[in-house]
Amino acid sequence: MTAPGASATEVPALTPWRIADIAAALLALDGASIGGVSLRAPAGPAREAWLAHLSALRGGAPCLRMPAGIGDARLLGGLDLTATLAMGRPVAERGLLAEADGGVLIVAMAERAGAATAAKLCSVLDAGAVTVERDGIALTIPSRFAIVALDEGIAADERPAAALTDRLALRLDLTALSHREIEPPVFDAESLAAARARVAATIDDETIACLCTAALALGIGSTRTALQAVKVARLVAALAGREAVAPEDAALAAALVLAPRATQLPAPSEEAEAQEPGPEPDSQPQSPPSESDEQAAAPPRDLDEMVLDAAKAAIPAGLLAQLLAAGGRTRARAAGRAGQLQKAARRGRVVGSKAGDLRGGARLDVVETLRSAAPWQRLRRSEAAMAGRNGLIVRREDFRIARYKQRSETATLFVVDASGSSALQRLAEAKGAVRLLLAECYVRRDEVALIAFRKAQAEIVLSPTRSLVAAERALAGLPGGGATPLATAIEAACALADAVRRKGRTPALVFMTDGRANIDRAGRQGRAQAQTDALAAARGLRGEGFNAILIDTSPQPQPQAADIAAAMGGLYLPLPQADAAGVGRAVGLALAAGR
Amino acid sequence: MKRALLLAAIDPTIGGVLIFGDRGTGKSTAVRALAALLPPMRAVVGDPYNGAPQAGARGQKTHLVPVPVVDLPLGATEDRVVGALDLEKALASGEKAFQPGLLARAHRGFLYIDEANLLEDHLVDVLLDVAASGENVVEREGLSIRHPARFVLVGSGNPEEGELRPQLLDRFGLSVEVATPADLPTRIAVVKRRDAYDRDPRGFCAQWQAADQAIGRRLIAGRKRLAQIETSDAALTRVAELCLHLGTDGLRGELTLMRAARALAALEGAQEILDSHIRTVAPMALRHRLRRNPLDEAGSTVRVERALAEVFGP
Repeated sequence: MTAPGASATEVPALTPWRIADIAAALLALDGASIGGVSLRAPAGPAREAWLAHLSALRGGAPCLRMPAGIGDARLLGGLDLTATLAMGRPVAERGLLAEADGGVLIVAMAERAGAATAAKLCSVLDAGAVTVERDGIALTIPSRFAIVALDEGIAADERPAAALTDRLALRLDLTALSHREIEPPVFDAESLAAARARVAATIDDETIACLCTAALALGIGSTRTALQAVKVARLVAALAGREAVAPEDAALAAALVLAPRATQLPAPSEEAEAQEPGPEPDSQPQSPPSESDEQAAAPPRDLDEMVLDAAKAAIPAGLLAQLLAAGGRTRARAAGRAGQLQKAARRGRVVGSKAGDLRGGARLDVVETLRSAAPWQRLRRSEAAMAGRNGLIVRREDFRIARYKQRSETATLFVVDASGSSALQRLAEAKGAVRLLLAECYVRRDEVALIAFRKAQAEIVLSPTRSLVAAERALAGLPGGGATPLATAIEAACALADAVRRKGRTPALVFMTDGRANIDRAGRQGRAQAQTDALAAARGLRGEGFNAILIDTSPQPQPQAADIAAAMGGLYLPLPQADAAGVGRAVGLALAAGR
Repeated sequence: MKRALLLAAIDPTIGGVLIFGDRGTGKSTAVRALAALLPPMRAVVGDPYNGAPQAGARGQKTHLVPVPVVDLPLGATEDRVVGALDLEKALASGEKAFQPGLLARAHRGFLYIDEANLLEDHLVDVLLDVAASGENVVEREGLSIRHPARFVLVGSGNPEEGELRPQLLDRFGLSVEVATPADLPTRIAVVKRRDAYDRDPRGFCAQWQAADQAIGRRLIAGRKRLAQIETSDAALTRVAELCLHLGTDGLRGELTLMRAARALAALEGAQEILDSHIRTVAPMALRHRLRRNPLDEAGSTVRVERALAEVFGP
């Protein structure tokens, strides 16, 4: 990939473990300044070795672990109940985020953390402080730490919230690393101590511009990433014993920070040169780019290429293959996932508390109980003094239990026939219906997903989401035409519905098809077998007990479609004159009736 | 984004600003920076609600306090938002006292909700209620208290993380979209400045202090001028025409557009509302008030611009 003679300085070949080693050293050096690392790896020897290495580099200082389902009280802090009861006055308790100050916070199973939890982590990373406004306590506690987000996701879309990973400068993937590939570490606590004295390494404007250019060339949107590359370059220089950032430091920073985020391959350099001076500098008096580009035409170009080459070399092969295959769809999927995670963390909302007792598994609302007991303390104490008791006196009538409003949320899965037999116009209607339902989904608390099937396969176009933005992106380039693999589509829908149900939501399936299958389960042509398979799949769906609707999209109602609807135990809606609003209304009505 | 914030600071009746956009575009930074630009306000000494001195009232001690810019952090509990029985006093002395919450602290200032779309539903309800009435009514634990709570609501969020509830959306006067700068020089400038700040926050602030103060002065001058800006019938007609054309629901769109245009005129030192003012603020005042048309692929900003071109000509 590297053109001969393009880079003056050798960028050392980086094995995955070497990259991990450097990342650990950077984290130990000044992890808080670069946010931290998102570490994708299953629990196993490689991950344990890396965490142990990190801990050793930090002089054995412990890393705090944040469990997946942590509650706000433990995370952010709040009222320390034991101490409050003992002291008879409110005592604040520090949360995990405040305790992590100066250290490393290990977020276990980060891919399972909801968007709300991720947002709380982000706000502390941004502000360098935890702001607590809870249970009568108002506090701001300074806290700076680095996050190690352990990502055990398996599927491509099982990832930690993008808002969080965006703030973590480094990304590691040790998924494929076996324990045999673990090399002896290069850095130790002593070499770090020396480097720590130099963390204020300087960086010149040229190099900053260079890293920004590389980020843009690799299709990285967030400016935060370029800034992180600058910071990492500084730390790398410190680690290498330099006072100023050298070209190879910038190159390594690009490999560490930019490469794992690349969404495109940089254009060939001739093209890049032609494009670059594009925007005129007069709108930006702070940075005269084209001028400086011309002034120092030779050196920065080398630097540019070196940085870019280093990043290109470090882009994992799998990533590029994925990018080329997915044609940019990966982003939309990830976005849809974010919306979904957000709701997965929700377990009914607290809608206040009421007096009551604790039988039947009700949850005590501690703070409200204390509040109701508080005004009577003086009176009760004087009574209790006779009985020889002291401390806070809580009586049965003070008990307040939290009221939750639990409502099973619905995810509507559209399964749309995009084959040639179903007119393309139907696809447009389905898209419109998805958008319509999404537009009102906040009120209905619904999620919407879209599976399209054509040719030999069914594809999840839109993972369950509440985000209109994600939907717009996913729907935009949906092609149509080809054969009708109905059985496969029903099975895919069934699998997705099952995943939805396991997340505690109620799936509702909406099929839009004329029911004329012509590809069987094994992917072979043939109407008879295809129809038999489709009916079998439909019966399987009924066995799962999912709520289903089949909207017949053919000009005249088809017996096949009605048969399949009957087999899946669903509602059959012949809707020849459908439009998006009609479909939306029909679905809304059918779902309302089914509830 | 900056302009929207300044307009809301000049005329708080505009009704808040919503900032939606990509990650890492400095949404939170811009809002938090606003605090430093605002001139201090006069408040009654010892008033927990930052009350404004009453005209004609004698013997009131007043002092200058910074305009509050209050963060509503995620994970805040309702008792801290609306206020509740003061646990400390109740436990220690059995005294039934009210501990004001964030709404009280934000009175006459700004209430900032980062990640507004992740806010718990019941808190959204409270905010809507208070923002509409300008008053916080607390009825809990045997307390019965009401206090004024008028603030400029500023929300930010990332649309990829979920939609904002329509009622809340409508409550914001202005809404702006921020995108990551696509051109290299701007991006380099952003990175450089942020890096300079991280290395030496104090030096960085000193360097920009003069520029900040200049904006602060423009803001003060704008506020003073606001009352004198003429709102001609011609301008009002334009505003109404535009809203009719776009079919916005209710009259809130018209009112906001007129106020925002007037605030912009004041900020720019004009005598009256000109077409150019209306054109500039129309997208931010109207784009979130359009009925969603799911089959129209164009974004709402584009639709506003189209309407502008038709009403005002190219």
